[in-house]
Amino acid sequence: MSPSPDIIVVGGGIVGTACAAELARRGATVTLIEAECLGSGATAAGMGHLVVMDDSEAQFALGRLSRDRWDELSDRLPADAEFENCGTLWVAADDQEMAAVRAKETFYAERELAATTLDAAALYEAEPNLRPGLAGALHVPGDSVVYAPCAARALADEATEHGATVLTGRAVTRIDGQRVLLADGTAITAGRVVNAAGDGARHLTPGLPVRPRNGQLAITDRYPGFVSHQLVELGYLKNAHSSGQDSVAFNAQPRPSGQVLLGSSRQFDVTDPAVDHAMLGRMLRRSLDYLPGLADLQIIRCWTGFRAATPDNLPLIGPHPSHEHLWLATGHEGLGVTTSLGTARLLADLMLEGEPPLDPAPFAPARFEFVGGRHA
Amino acid sequence: MIERNAQVVVIGGGPAGLAAAVAADRAGADSVLLIDANVDPGGQIWRGETRRRPDQRNATAGDTLADFGTSAVLHLGESRVVAAPAPGELLVETAEDVLVVRYGSLVIATGARERFVPFPGWTRPNVMGVGGLQAMVKGGLPIEGKRVALAGSGPLLLAVADSLQAHGARIVLVAEQAPSHKVARFGMGMLMDPGKLGQGLGYAWRLRRVPYRRGWWPARADGRHRSRGDASDAPVSRAVLTNGRGQEIIVACDYLACGFHITPSLELVELLGCATEYDTYQGQRTTVVDGMQQTSVAGIYGAGECIGVGGLECALIEGRIAGLAAAGHPAEAAPLLAERDRERNRAQALNAAFSLRPELRRLADPETVVCRCEDIPLSRLVDLSSWREAKLHTRCGMGACQGRVCGGAVEFLFDWEPRSTRPPLFPARVGTLAAPRD
Repeated sequence: MSPSPDIIVVGGGIVGTACAAELARRGATVTLIEAECLGSGATAAGMGHLVVMDDSEAQFALGRLSRDRWDELSDRLPADAEFENCGTLWVAADDQEMAAVRAKETFYAERELAATTLDAAALYEAEPNLRPGLAGALHVPGDSVVYAPCAARALADEATEHGATVLTGRAVTRIDGQRVLLADGTAITAGRVVNAAGDGARHLTPGLPVRPRNGQLAITDRYPGFVSHQLVELGYLKNAHSSGQDSVAFNAQPRPSGQVLLGSSRQFDVTDPAVDHAMLGRMLRRSLDYLPGLADLQIIRCWTGFRAATPDNLPLIGPHPSHEHLWLATGHEGLGVTTSLGTARLLADLMLEGEPPLDPAPFAPARFEFVGGRHA
Repeated sequence: MIERNAQVVVIGGGPAGLAAAVAADRAGADSVLLIDANVDPGGQIWRGETRRRPDQRNATAGDTLADFGTSAVLHLGESRVVAAPAPGELLVETAEDVLVVRYGSLVIATGARERFVPFPGWTRPNVMGVGGLQAMVKGGLPIEGKRVALAGSGPLLLAVADSLQAHGARIVLVAEQAPSHKVARFGMGMLMDPGKLGQGLGYAWRLRRVPYRRGWWPARADGRHRSRGDASDAPVSRAVLTNGRGQEIIVACDYLACGFHITPSLELVELLGCATEYDTYQGQRTTVVDGMQQTSVAGIYGAGECIGVGGLECALIEGRIAGLAAAGHPAEAAPLLAERDRERNRAQALNAAFSLRPELRRLADPETVVCRCEDIPLSRLVDLSSWREAKLHTRCGMGACQGRVCGGAVEFLFDWEPRSTRPPLFPARVGTLAAPRD
């Protein structure tokens, strides 16, 4: 390796590749290091739903910035990234949830994000396979889906076009100040190091306030037209995934191949990457509850992945509070694919003294008290 | 959800599975359950035997199926193991039902499937595996008067040629990729074995008018539509073979049947965490078992082709040993071990004689499709470094067959480490995997 890079990005998932591309595009000399192949960690275990969430102002701001940037990027993405603007339908089961639909519509309208309420008739016209008796939905037409492992590869390609070096199959064992040590014994030194290793970030930077949260996914054989929008139960956050408990929520996505991708589940304190049949069963029963016609469709594959979750559900983007040369871009949990592009923009503005497009304070790692020593 | 418990559960209804189930039953196991994907017992090799008149049956098949029929083994046909939700537990799907099967010990006898080696034109209609074509002919495909070329390796080519000819096919060529001297040395070995010799002489006599070319293999399969010229989806019209020295044999044919050995079906073995190893003779992975057929996981046994391709006699005797051991009577298997070892050695000699030549790794051109489910050509795979990368970035092996067809080919072409096995082992209904558990 010839001259030392300005910045090493550790982790070739969607967040690391997005950061590498952004930093390289803006003139930094970047080396990106991935332990396995690009997009093989949590990036491969997400649904690739590009969605603007409304659970906090900060999450909304980051999500919207990111979605706009995905729309810009979409023209440059290769076909195998399967970007598709299918929109989201937040499905309301009853009148109480319909009230929440209207509140959500108002929230988005006040912030000039297009969304329309569908009554039951309009919902069934849009998605005839949903079970009878639902109340309606909020349609967010600007949301999209993407196949994230190939998008990560495309972002890494963009980084190399701007002069970055991309190393794959090279595990990082330690970040030591400005030095990054690899499993093969080599060391690379840089001006600054970005830890964007997802769930692996906490092993390289002890004391990070992130916990692994396991999620299960299942994908069917090809059934074109079975669903047309990303379908999410309205209670996704409020009912299902807000607590610290294990939870499932209905989440179904049409893939451009005609396959249906089914989520979602969240489990803390799981270390086994194997499919958990009890959890998978719960998740699929939730899917059947909304799409009873799924029962006879064939699932061809199930898998799981660990996402890095923070206590306040917002990622860590910015300088490490006590390690001088270390920057963080992790803790995105289930929203890493969506918010990767906004994260990259924010991180690059902070690192390269640009004008941050949104308030960085809610994402600053320093908002948490870090535990643990300098190096475990 | 239906629940079934058995002291010994056997997966696979071919010779090894049948022998294991019968042996476990005769040894006094309280309950033996055999689960198989086909309607009738017999596996691929004895497909259709149960529906023949007893006097027309293959003698070994007849004996084994008769023993199975009179045993107390419970046969669960048309059933597939789709997952292993917990230790000692299998999730099984049938056409209508979902079963949870709990076992005391398990015999895996999932057999093997054909290994495909991609070459230009291998995905054309009527280019198929030798086993596939034989099964289709047994199932009623009219073959009478059709011109069939066979290419690949090993005695199976001759056995299938013989069987197709008996059904009225015109065998235009048998191309054996192994060089003459290796085939001759193997033939000398057979002289020591009267049974095999008789079989071999039978093929030689009945196929005496068929060109049997050693040291030749497929270069490509050309095709032609009657009306639309040579579109890539046209059925095969001629096979082009090479000897690697710039020479070609071109034969017109209606079918090109290829047989580049069979590859152990390891999905269940891997899902249950049993160790596998690379077998250099076979050029592929096999299941690790000890002298009593036990895998690296206590209480789980392996028998037959899934622990390494060994042929019928080997499968039968391994099945008996595994069945006895699984039933808790390993001592009764002691007299069988020496014969099992002889069969395994014989199989190794065969595998060595017909090992695939390295030239076969270079038959495909950049446009040759490797993964048929997802339509992935070789050009998209050559720069990748692992199965995982191929799956994630090209979808190779991610279609409905989940790599069963392209998996063996890709491992042969690129020497990649095997893929991870995840549930479901076979496409399973959402309703099956959603079934509540207590």
